[in-house]
Amino acid sequence: MNRFDYIRPASVPEAVEAAAVPGSTYLAAGTNLLDLMKGGTARPERVIDITRLPGLDRIEWLPDGSVRVGALVRNSDLAYDDRFARTFPAVAEALLSGASAQLRNAATIGGNLMQRTRCAYFHDLASACNRRAPGSGCDAREGENRLHAVLGWSEHCIATHPSDFCVPLVALDAVAEVEGTRGAREIPVDALHVLPGAAPEQETALAPGELIVSLKIPAEATAFAHNARYLKLRERTSFAFAVVSVAAALEMEAGAIRKARIALGGVAAKPWRAREAEASLAGAEATPEAFAKAAEIALAEARPSGDNAFKIELARRIVARALTLALEGTPEAIPALPASPFSTTPGANHAA
Amino acid sequence: MGYHMSLSISLTINGLKREIALDDPRVTLLDLLRERLHLTGTKKGCDRGQCGACTVLVDGRRINSCLALAASLDGAEITTIEGLADGEDLHPVQAAFIAHDGFQCGYCTPGQIMSAVGLISEGNAGDDPERIRELMSGNICRCGAYQGITEAVLEAQKDLAERNRRDAA
Amino acid sequence: MPLETTSPLPQHRRHGSSAGQPLTRRDGVLKVTGRATYAADNHPDGILYAVTAVSSIARGRVTALDVEAAKAHPGVVEVLTPANRPPLAHDPDEKMPPFGFRVEVLQDDTVRYVNQPIAIVIAETLEAATEGAALLNPVYEVEPARTDLESGKRFDPEGIGIGAPARTAHGDIEAGLAAAVRVTEADYVTPPQYHNAMEPHAVVAQWDGDRVTIDMPNQTLALSCASYAAYFGIPAENVLIRSPFLGGGFGSKAILNGPQILAILAARMLNRPVKLALTRAQMYGPVGHRGRTWQKLRLGVDEEGRLTALHHQALCTTSSFDEFLEPAANASLPLYASPAILAEHEGLRLDVGTPGPMRAPGLASGSAALEVAMDEAAEACGMDPLDFRLANYAETEPVTGKPFSSKALRECYAEGAKRFGWSGRPLAPRTMRDENGFLIGWGMGTAVFHCPHFPAEARATLRADGTALMETAGADMGQGAWTALAQIAAEALGLDPDQVELHSGISSLPDGGIAGGSGHTASAGLALHNAGEDAIARLAELATNDPASPLFGAGNIGVVARSGRLHRRDDESRGESYAEILARAGRSDVVGTAKTARDPAVASAHAMYSHGAVFAEVKVDPDLGQIRVARLVGAFAAGRIINPRLVRSQYFGGMIWGASFALHEEAIADRRTGRIMNADLAEYHVPVNADVPSLDAILIPEDDPHVNPIGVKGVGEIGITGTVGAIANAVWHATGVRVRRFPVRVEDLLISREFA
Repeated sequence: MNRFDYIRPASVPEAVEAAAVPGSTYLAAGTNLLDLMKGGTARPERVIDITRLPGLDRIEWLPDGSVRVGALVRNSDLAYDDRFARTFPAVAEALLSGASAQLRNAATIGGNLMQRTRCAYFHDLASACNRRAPGSGCDAREGENRLHAVLGWSEHCIATHPSDFCVPLVALDAVAEVEGTRGAREIPVDALHVLPGAAPEQETALAPGELIVSLKIPAEATAFAHNARYLKLRERTSFAFAVVSVAAALEMEAGAIRKARIALGGVAAKPWRAREAEASLAGAEATPEAFAKAAEIALAEARPSGDNAFKIELARRIVARALTLALEGTPEAIPALPASPFSTTPGANHAA
Repeated sequence: MGYHMSLSISLTINGLKREIALDDPRVTLLDLLRERLHLTGTKKGCDRGQCGACTVLVDGRRINSCLALAASLDGAEITTIEGLADGEDLHPVQAAFIAHDGFQCGYCTPGQIMSAVGLISEGNAGDDPERIRELMSGNICRCGAYQGITEAVLEAQKDLAERNRRDAA
Repeated sequence: MPLETTSPLPQHRRHGSSAGQPLTRRDGVLKVTGRATYAADNHPDGILYAVTAVSSIARGRVTALDVEAAKAHPGVVEVLTPANRPPLAHDPDEKMPPFGFRVEVLQDDTVRYVNQPIAIVIAETLEAATEGAALLNPVYEVEPARTDLESGKRFDPEGIGIGAPARTAHGDIEAGLAAAVRVTEADYVTPPQYHNAMEPHAVVAQWDGDRVTIDMPNQTLALSCASYAAYFGIPAENVLIRSPFLGGGFGSKAILNGPQILAILAARMLNRPVKLALTRAQMYGPVGHRGRTWQKLRLGVDEEGRLTALHHQALCTTSSFDEFLEPAANASLPLYASPAILAEHEGLRLDVGTPGPMRAPGLASGSAALEVAMDEAAEACGMDPLDFRLANYAETEPVTGKPFSSKALRECYAEGAKRFGWSGRPLAPRTMRDENGFLIGWGMGTAVFHCPHFPAEARATLRADGTALMETAGADMGQGAWTALAQIAAEALGLDPDQVELHSGISSLPDGGIAGGSGHTASAGLALHNAGEDAIARLAELATNDPASPLFGAGNIGVVARSGRLHRRDDESRGESYAEILARAGRSDVVGTAKTARDPAVASAHAMYSHGAVFAEVKVDPDLGQIRVARLVGAFAAGRIINPRLVRSQYFGGMIWGASFALHEEAIADRRTGRIMNADLAEYHVPVNADVPSLDAILIPEDDPHVNPIGVKGVGEIGITGTVGAIANAVWHATGVRVRRFPVRVEDLLISREFA
């Protein structure tokens, strides 16, 4: 780890001002940043510790039914907040399926939004990586890439976004509230992470020095509370990143689907919202055929970036399954194995 | 507002308040405990938040001390494995780990125990072994003592609940 | 769950003995309080920190290192490179006898594998040393990496494992295959795996003139002392290794490695104590691994389902510059009766660190393939997999015809099957589901592991206060040596374990042999047992020759030691305490010693193995292909059990390693560069707690009058064998998909035709 200046601002304006200096980075819990710094992928000259900024550790319910979550709220505190978990169960389940209890206790909401890819070539300093070193190439493209992107990738980068939390957030139209030297603005989480295109180093829509101060989930998203799930396929039962994951939410009305929300994780450089698949379900009967069709549509544009064609088929199946689970209804309590296919809850039928 | 070379922080470690002059902002809580304060009960297994061997309680919550900058924790209360027993009286989690053979080589054990203490105080597992297994999955045990660990957590949790009932009565 | 105890042989049974009892670990309190001291926990005054810089290429040369940049970093004290590395007294490119490996200690600028040390940076703080190493910014002359079958170089090895022949034949394999009514032939692939003990390899070295004290986790204290002495040109007695606790070893702490030698060298050069601990990533290279294998099995079977031929071929990887080949095909030698058996090995040189023994070397990989092949052959015969194995039960060692020293495998099969509920298992796959619709499959495999016995020494001191001190330089890496050895020692002395102090884990004590090969309890245990008996005999001599003793003249009848007293064999009422005997003799203590090894006559007359049977239930998501091991039941027979609590834990650990082999572990090397792209614990998956919801281990009683005088076999490694196959076979039974590549991955199921 390189030596750096450690700066601990007392207010958001101070933080934003401090971060305006090139070479600065924000430090919250550090569960991702310190990992990157130890590996040498990140070598900031100035570390702006925002953990003491006042007012960013609150969960605030607004009069219109939406919720504002401060950027410094810890993952576990949000997931175990009763009202939040009841209102946005897929978000809580996604949070609890990510990392480990220790990491969730430390990691912050804002930090989670800023999580970097797990692509091994991004982390391996000896490899070419356009995301880490613009213009150097992409060694993942012809490398060990069975877990890489199948949607939205480019010849310049085939990395995936690792967050679980962001997947249901994107499905529910959550918005990041941002402060910068040029004032405050809102960025939909769906627009926060950007696809690689020709400039994979541009990972987010944030301007240099902009700070996420909170996250808002709109009131409309509460309509999905009764039929929302997050499902995540992993290579071990717990404490593993997703091979593929899906957030699925349905708003049911008289036995038919009024609205559907679908987003996929582990398939692209950002959480992947499947809007056309959602549209195919709006007003439809909730049948296995309708779910299968939605899954087809969701993956229609998918193509392998390497040895990962199986992820496309897997994603189709997991979309259909997640929709089935959502239709069966949000479990009374977060399952013992959150988001696992083995998180059976009484009455759920996994033989779909 | 900027801190450069010498950084002074205050930590309460196992009940003892300590003023610590840090000559280097890079020091993690784990390396501070082990290499500078010589509290070596907390172990380094991966140094990257992937194994849980370095688990300690910070303000009562279990975290990976390898991924926490010491400077950032200024003012925090830290509990490590050294602070768990009451003199020679083992904490119920420690005793249960021995009784259920919840370890072999012992290297992940301080982290497992601190994680179990954190898990019990979080109170989200109930007496469901499946929830305990899930919530202990951030602590890797290469020797494979998981069955004993799960049994130990269940027993210690019961034991602690009974103590609390007794104390309340 | 109640712990079973096994009844020892009559000649071993002693009234009141703690051996066979499920005592808790003697080091338990130290380990749960953080007071157990592992190597890196040591902090001698004036300590410096060392961090190695490692190569990112697999083959070539280092042409430049920015030593100036590293030295300019505040706190950096010195940088060792091939240019200034002090000389060693032993050529690191020469193997160190008796079975050392070639090591990479900056002897030149060549790079032979990824993560090879190319420099070592020493600094006042860990942070400075770490950054100093990062600043070296090496420049390489890169040669193409040989990383797979296509680019690697195949060769016929002279030997495999540690000194085993590469080819073992029994009968005529082609004739056996020709006589078969069915031949099952299949290819299997196992991946490179890394030990990944939780404790990274660490060393704290301090010199005092030409004497060195080394704190390090070490499975082979005496051998290592001799090796370090040779490298540093000093007498072996000038090397003191302290290894009171090992944070796991699994074979990776049995062999000297470059980084630790370099740290010791740096301590001598700088005349200050030096601490080095590998990073997790640095453990993927210089400290051994389980090499990849490609295996082919051909099983010929007759009408009755009996083997007519068993042909096992293994292509095993090693490094470009040294040899350790998994003796994988030898897994087919001890287990199933067949008139023709052929085990053959071929080598493949890759640009990797030299592999080494890793928990159940050879047998883990070989049994994985063999047990799946046996399942496939059973399927072809339309037989239940357990019945098929029973039809091929070996009454004598198949290749040699020797009798087994003991073999309670039938009982393992029977008890394991009963506990698991195996009977009634449908033969056809994909026929069972649970209440939630998950596919269920049941599979089984046979477990086997040999019983090596290493030369060992011990000293027993009976003290005037009636307590005893037992000493042997053994190693406890989690198997429970401190406890089990104390139980053996106490039994030999006729004392309660609480009255016996056991000193071990330091090289200045009598050589406790090797803690590996599942042979430590037997080897060090026998030495302690005999030393204890020697001490008792000396005590008895004092008493029986002392007219004042009630035991006077009992010479021919003999005396018995029990509960701290000697009494006449023919009259229990006539006796006295150890303390009384010593006091009257005016002695502060009496010392017994022993030096033990296996009796070659007994060894050559018997085949010696532990055996077991493992039964697995898996659940598989019928659409998504995610697999979970729902339960594992293992039944093992391993001679006399000293401590069932600890032995059960060893079996559990082995079974979890089996699950890991079957479903999780695989190092992924980039095909172009050889760099391991998951050199960590996040993406190199070993099981977490949630992966193993239910384990059961049955301790089958087994009396072995031959294996050694204390009747003890090994339990540390056998649990992996059998389990890998059992799980893979259960996956087949659940899904109808035969996966012959480990670990089983979701896509292996998803893309197969059988998996709808």
